[in-house]
Amino acid sequence: MTKLRQIAFYGKGGIGKSTTSQNTLVALAEMGQKVLIVGCDPKADSTRLILNSKAQLSVLQMAAEKGSVEDLEPEEVIRVGFKGIHCVESGGPEPGVGCAGRGVITAINFLEENGAYDDMDYISYDVLGDVVCGGFAMPIRENKAQEIYIVMSGEMMALYACNNISKGILKYATTGSVRLGGLICNSRMTDREIDLSDAMAKKLGTTLIHFVPRDNVVQHAELRRQTVIQYQPDHPQAEEYRTLARKIHANSGNGVIPTPVGMDELEDMLMDFGIIKSDEQMIAELEAKEAIAKRVATDAAKRAAAAA
Amino acid sequence: MPQSAEKIIDHTQLFKEPEYQEMFARKRAEFECRPSEEKVQDVAEWMKGWEYREKNLAREALTINPAKACQPLGAVFCAAGFDGMLSFVHGSQGCAAYYRSHLSRHFKEPSTAVSSNMTEDAAVFGGLQNMIDGLQNSHTLYNPKSIAVSTTCMAEVIGDDLQAFITTAKQKGSVPQDFDVPYAHTPAFQGSHVDGYDNMLEGILKHYWIDATPTPDDTINIIPGFDGFCVGNIREMKRMLDLMEVPYRLISDASDVYDTPANGTFAMYAGGTTAEEAKAAINAKATVSLQEYCSKRSLSLCRDKGQETVALHYPLGVSATDEFLMKMSELSGKPIPAALELERGRLIDAMTDSSSYIHGKTFSVFGDPDFCMGIVTFLMELGAEPLHVLATNGSKVWAKKMKKLLEASPFGTRAQVWPGKDLWHMRSLLMTEPSDFLIGSSYGKYLERDCKIPLIRLSFPIFDRHHHHRFPVFGYQGAIRILVQILDKIFDELDGQSNVAGKTDISFELTR
Repeated sequence: MTKLRQIAFYGKGGIGKSTTSQNTLVALAEMGQKVLIVGCDPKADSTRLILNSKAQLSVLQMAAEKGSVEDLEPEEVIRVGFKGIHCVESGGPEPGVGCAGRGVITAINFLEENGAYDDMDYISYDVLGDVVCGGFAMPIRENKAQEIYIVMSGEMMALYACNNISKGILKYATTGSVRLGGLICNSRMTDREIDLSDAMAKKLGTTLIHFVPRDNVVQHAELRRQTVIQYQPDHPQAEEYRTLARKIHANSGNGVIPTPVGMDELEDMLMDFGIIKSDEQMIAELEAKEAIAKRVATDAAKRAAAAA
Repeated sequence: MPQSAEKIIDHTQLFKEPEYQEMFARKRAEFECRPSEEKVQDVAEWMKGWEYREKNLAREALTINPAKACQPLGAVFCAAGFDGMLSFVHGSQGCAAYYRSHLSRHFKEPSTAVSSNMTEDAAVFGGLQNMIDGLQNSHTLYNPKSIAVSTTCMAEVIGDDLQAFITTAKQKGSVPQDFDVPYAHTPAFQGSHVDGYDNMLEGILKHYWIDATPTPDDTINIIPGFDGFCVGNIREMKRMLDLMEVPYRLISDASDVYDTPANGTFAMYAGGTTAEEAKAAINAKATVSLQEYCSKRSLSLCRDKGQETVALHYPLGVSATDEFLMKMSELSGKPIPAALELERGRLIDAMTDSSSYIHGKTFSVFGDPDFCMGIVTFLMELGAEPLHVLATNGSKVWAKKMKKLLEASPFGTRAQVWPGKDLWHMRSLLMTEPSDFLIGSSYGKYLERDCKIPLIRLSFPIFDRHHHHRFPVFGYQGAIRILVQILDKIFDELDGQSNVAGKTDISFELTR
């Protein structure tokens, strides 16, 4: 057996993190890798494209029903989906109550202790949004995920999140073995997206692993609760995910300690790319607008006076 | 007022004085909104019945008087068994105060632990700064040889990562880089003190064994587990093993730190397993745990290092001591010395001398899973009949094992096993199906009062009787001591039932 590789996908909410990760992991499974997906999102939707069903019963739901996590067996929470991928969801509370981060800790401890990681080639953690608290940092603790892949796009907030997640990784990287594996751009068709993603990667000291173009087939597959590889295996988009999977597979040990940037530096970069404008630019534009409005008003007053 | 400086009355007397009695009565009448005395009596009677028992046993969302404590208590106890090791509880301060007072009340000794004193801001920003400052202060103020970090609920809920925190604290110079800071995550809302003990022990062994490869020798590690009788038990264990000349090593030995002499000097640390011993423990040919449920993870770690492991269940009485000694003999190749065989013979003699009084008496038992198995084994050897066996921190797997143990003896046929139940459940069980005696901790005194069943204090914690922990319950000697304690209770009861002159004293015998 090859050494177990543990990877994690992080990224801003709604960026297409779960979609990208599931499509890529299916491609990895196609390559003969045994994969376990650990969904670390209270929404429990990190595995639906693999299982072709709605969100599965989560570890915490089952534990709540049974009374405690100690009463659970791994077989009860792990389901096997497309291409033999093992799927489990940590689950968590409803919005507004409880502590989802603690749920992630509990679920991961449970899986590790009960041998769910045995005989696997890949463990993949799919983690919601930012690293908002200690619980959501669980997958990047020592002896957990070695490589983090950040799913991002050319949108401003996605880039902010990307930088923030790197800060989280940096915190743990200095005391442990977690590294930033690279960025994955899930295209939103924004201006100069590839260049911007590339520049962001350079700032963080990493590389843009892959640029996943936007294609409607992803949505079509998702509506059917499928990955593209299952829905239309011959589609060019499926090939994109296969390429990404091969790149990740070859990327073992190439992770870096990220060099996240300050807010100013990040905004400067966004300005260079025309995503946001500088204060001077904004003031100049405002003044121009005001000048036009003033002229219009004066002209109107003149016309009124002439009419009188 | 009845109280004066010339003659100070103890509170048990003081509150019986008319002034206080009147005050209590007025408080009841004017402020307590009590239902009528009749109503109170009715409900109290109803609570003794089967109907209430069924409701009580069906209880889902509430625990009343659990017979267990939380993980960090076990972790603090475990760390206390290492030479110069200071317990550092990462979390809020009150938790650490609880572990200290709980252990102090039992052992009547100072119990040392420090807290990282996390407050509101630490809950929001994480406890890293508390760890950095706390380790530095502890190291500077209390001069420990090592610091064992465990966690409370608060640190666990916000997900503080001890490994990363300790590394960072060392980078920032809180303690020297090579200073030993073993750690364990011990969420108090999961498991109980026996799991906390195990987690801490595993953390300590992992710390000392990191990067080390075993070079097996002929020593045997012994893990005593969480034990309120550690002072007497560990000394008895050492005595037996020294008699046998077995090369052994105790892993977590709290017998000295919880029994320091009053010689004018305060000893914050005393005795315990040294760092060298803990490091050398990787080389042992075998590790024997005296309490399986305190050592599952630790034993699994020992197995990973190629050691043979043996898990016992608090070796009490004849067969369990036999098993322990034979196992040690088998592992070490040393014969069991004649002196121990003699002790065994004397124990059997004592048991037969008193058999007619103890035979057929029924006993209910509560405590930690291993203790329950140990005491039940001995009770059945004595011809006593276990009735209710309850462990709040016992799992379903434990219950299965317990039932098997009971089924193997004709004295176990009437017993019922109650995993995960609490002492309020026990109250209903004893009200509806009473046993002659109850064995447990000081918390059983409320059951003794309400159910009128005499309590024999044999499990942790014992707050209201002194110095019991100084005498062993392990081994043949320990078994004699338990036998005496049980018999004393039986004879006191017999005397109590026959001590009214002219009425019941026909059985008030001088010789029993």
